[in-house]
Amino acid sequence: MSMKIAICIKQVPDSWAEKKMANGVLDRANVDAVLNDLDEYAVEEGLRIVEANSPTKEAGEASGHSITLISMGPERATEAIRKALSMGADDAILISDPALAGSDALSTSLVLAEVIKKGNYDLVICGTESTDARMSVVPAMIAERLNWAQLTFAGKVKVDPAAASVEIERVTEFGNQVMNAKFPAVLSVVEKINEPRYPSFKGIMAAKKKVITTMTLSDTGLAATAVGASAAWSAVKDALPRPARGAGVKLTDEGSGGEKLVDFLVEKRLA
Amino acid sequence: MSSVIFLVDHTAGKVAKATGELATFAKSIGESVAVVFASNPAEIISQLNTFSIDKVITVSGDWDRNGPAVIADGLAQIISAKKPSAVLITSLASGKEIAGRVAVKTGSGIITDAIGVDKDLITTQSVFGGSTTVHASVITGTPIITLRSNSIEPVLTTSSAAIEEFAVTLSDSSKLATITSATPVVKGGRPDLTEASVVVSGGRGTNGDFKPVEALADALGAAVGASRAATDAGWYPHSHQVGQTGKTVSPQLYVAAGISGAIQHRAGMQTSKTIVAINKDPEAPILEIADFAVIGDLFNVLPQATDKIIARKG
Ligand SMILES: Cc1cc2nc3c(=O)[nH]c(=O)nc-3n(C[C@H](O)[C@H](O)[C@H](O)COP(=O)(O)OP(=O)(O)OC[C@H]3O[C@@H](n4cnc5c(N)ncnc54)[C@H](O)[C@@H]3O)c2cc1C
Ligand SMILES: Nc1ncnc2c1ncn2[C@@H]1O[C@H](COP(=O)(O)O)[C@@H](O)[C@H]1O
Repeated sequence: MSMKIAICIKQVPDSWAEKKMANGVLDRANVDAVLNDLDEYAVEEGLRIVEANSPTKEAGEASGHSITLISMGPERATEAIRKALSMGADDAILISDPALAGSDALSTSLVLAEVIKKGNYDLVICGTESTDARMSVVPAMIAERLNWAQLTFAGKVKVDPAAASVEIERVTEFGNQVMNAKFPAVLSVVEKINEPRYPSFKGIMAAKKKVITTMTLSDTGLAATAVGASAAWSAVKDALPRPARGAGVKLTDEGSGGEKLVDFLVEKRLA
Repeated sequence: MSSVIFLVDHTAGKVAKATGELATFAKSIGESVAVVFASNPAEIISQLNTFSIDKVITVSGDWDRNGPAVIADGLAQIISAKKPSAVLITSLASGKEIAGRVAVKTGSGIITDAIGVDKDLITTQSVFGGSTTVHASVITGTPIITLRSNSIEPVLTTSSAAIEEFAVTLSDSSKLATITSATPVVKGGRPDLTEASVVVSGGRGTNGDFKPVEALADALGAAVGASRAATDAGWYPHSHQVGQTGKTVSPQLYVAAGISGAIQHRAGMQTSKTIVAINKDPEAPILEIADFAVIGDLFNVLPQATDKIIARKG
């Protein structure tokens, strides 16, 4: 059986860059944008699933399986999409619309679920967290909206296309669990799962010819009032830069650094 | 009086410390109602009597078979029946997923990783590695709020809460995933990383030798953390990684030994109340956020500090 896989990727401000708020939302215009680090692992895992289940070694080639990237974001999210295409995904869908600006996890998951519904996918793979929103809820919300199995925080994934089933090892604070489900399922993968490949020169050239389909909000069939800033689920009252931590004490160890450290802890009632 | 429902977090029959914090927040807002999903609720309830709880709702069943989806299904039914003014859940991975699904099911707004919530249900969040404080509120549906551990000192009392058993009917779609086996984290003698009020972490600077880090942690009654460089090298288990892709901790005291303070590490510890760093390099970025820093070799500084703490305790 050939599998149709969708991978949700997000373009985010570079996590190395300083982030600022502008009018209650993250100022995205003035920072470099990159593919969310954690989504690279999702792309890599998708490629590995295809490769492990293909007669030929080459990803995608004649395997019958397909990998479609799905991203919601501004026009320039195509940069992040090209990167994931150059890793080896087949094609992409970008949902971009001014009405989507200011979307939170509820709106984002609604839009992504609506687009996923139209694609007849067997598996949807997400990262565990976007480095800007850091909510870690979109994959669970997509599963809820689609009424699909939720297999999230996977540290290992094993797919059996013939049985149309997937098994993961879920990695949590309290230990690991082996979970399985029939297709269709929503997965998210943790960063220990694999080592994402660097796009090869061949991959980068091939990506230029791959198709990115752009959808607007009306293509999804959702009303503008259901998403974006107008579907206000929560409101920011204020966002204030935290007063800088008072300049700390810095001392060079000249033989009694450990003792002075304890003096500090005692003074602060921490030891 | 309005009631605030909070989800009791427990594994292997033991209630998480963070539950006491949720109870304290709930009580400061209104009537505090604990919800317990467990196969043996009595075992869990007996651990709740020191928390500020007015009422306990129990739902018995086999909740370890299908993951977060079934708990979300059950919790949404309780919310529809009880119409609380807010729902509080711990900000751990499963807690956030349950919160997300409940928000979708009940058509409610969600706020994650709050470090506080006041009487008017205005939340406080610390974002961008602690550089910005955001106040926000949910304006649609029942506010679903997840709270980070170590956000409040739990108020301990003796409560004798009324207990109500609640029956839920789970939909088939919440049972699509099946858990076939589970390996709980092996607990050592040290406190849990996400619950500890003191964390001592080691990085690449330990060069693989965590003994001085563990010795200081034990002298301080602390949990041990590690940077990704240390967990990737196999020097310390991955479950101890602090940072963006590890755990987020917010203890009273965080000690970073031999850790440079990369942005991904800081993302997981920057909201700690007091930060202490030990580093050979006077230019290490961790020093920018440290309240107290010793520029020196951790193999000298940590044992000396450990000895002095032990000597003080006599
Ligand atoms: C997608 C992604 C996710 C990531 N997630 C995380 C995460 O969750 N957590 C995390 O920690 N990192 C994470 N990282 C990695 C992060 O970028 C850094 O590489 C990592 O934190 C560095 O670990 P370190 O500080 O121990 O090592 P280094 O950066 O090598 O620093 C070692 C420090 O030790 C000091 N030192 C050396 N010897 C001694 C001595 N004898 N005494 C005192 N000081 C000494 C050095 O001066 C140096 O400052 C992530 C990276 C990526 C790309
Ligand atoms: N705008 C988006 N477009 C596509 N995928 C997204 C988007 N936002 C979140 N995701 C996916 O959901 C995961 C978790 O994101 P979050 O819940 O925002 O932390 C990410 O790693 C992505 O896989």
